[in-house]
Amino acid sequence: MSKFKKKKGGELPPVNTASLPDIVFMLLFFFMVVTVLRNNELMIKNELPKADEVEKLKKDRSVFIFAGEPSKQYQAKYGTEGKIQIGDKFTDVSNLQFALTEAREKLRPELQDRVVVALKVDKETNTGLVSDIKEELRELNMVKIIYIAAPGSQLDN
Amino acid sequence: MARRATPEVNAGSMADIAFLLLIFFLVTTTIEKDKGIARQLPPKQDEDIPPPPLKEKNIFIVNVNQNDQLLVEEELMELKDLKDAAIAFLDNGGAPAGSPEYCNYCKGSRDPSSSDNPIKAVISVQNDRLTSYEMYIAVQNELVGAYNELRNREAQRLFGQNFVYTEVKNQINEGKYQGNVEAAEEKLKQVQELFPLKLSEAEPKKRGE
Repeated sequence: MSKFKKKKGGELPPVNTASLPDIVFMLLFFFMVVTVLRNNELMIKNELPKADEVEKLKKDRSVFIFAGEPSKQYQAKYGTEGKIQIGDKFTDVSNLQFALTEAREKLRPELQDRVVVALKVDKETNTGLVSDIKEELRELNMVKIIYIAAPGSQLDN
Repeated sequence: MARRATPEVNAGSMADIAFLLLIFFLVTTTIEKDKGIARQLPPKQDEDIPPPPLKEKNIFIVNVNQNDQLLVEEELMELKDLKDAAIAFLDNGGAPAGSPEYCNYCKGSRDPSSSDNPIKAVISVQNDRLTSYEMYIAVQNELVGAYNELRNREAQRLFGQNFVYTEVKNQINEGKYQGNVEAAEEKLKQVQELFPLKLSEAEPKKRGE
């Protein structure tokens, strides 16, 4: 009796790939949500110093100031002396107040007087430049600052 | 003419399109994780108001020169020893027992020539303009570390072993604290009052001054 034919043994059924798009879409949405498109290109070298006694930064109320020596492609034009960058352009110490006020106005109005200034300064910069920045911040009465640092400890090396 | 059924759209390439987008976002993603040392700058002051008088022994002077060397209380010091020296200074409690400035929670050596109590003690950092930012942050980090260690100790003494100052503070900041946030903030404040962060920064010197 061959009514119940034996199945051909050995061959594996193909894997069902119908749900593959769903999985990929899920990943896609995850990355779309967490993506922050960089709106300001760094024009300076920015290697942060290490620290371990750190606190988290509240991003909605912060203004970023970058400082460090200009990167390779800008060195011909701007030299190798430490420069300050706010947004996507270089700023001079004398022009800092104006640039900072401008940057602050881009924040949500209810947070504008609780602004935190995040300083992202390259570790090879001179402290003099940083203290000039701080002096200007005091003038503007933006006294809450945070020195952004990379995780780790400087005692290790 | 009979209407034909519309043919089904071939969705086989959907996965390819989705992959393409996925790879684009994978490449452009920068998951930012900014953390740092928070600090409040002193407000602008009038030039003519004289600074409040401070006793010499209540000031802990940290000097950093242009070669990133540390001079602490007139002595050359390695960075790794700075935290312990700062703790010893803050926790000293040199005021004699019975005086109003007596510090009953200090566990230091009670050396009368060092700080009276943690509320009076001030750490003053003096940088050179040519000090590297890396060194500056390292020094600040060690000093904040000294304060945090003392605050952790006091928090644990007052509110039990599980109440670690730095951990509770981070949890509150990230909104992850389990329990009554307001009560915990009150406790943090209490600990902060025992060891108030008094870090002063002098105007940086120009080279040769």
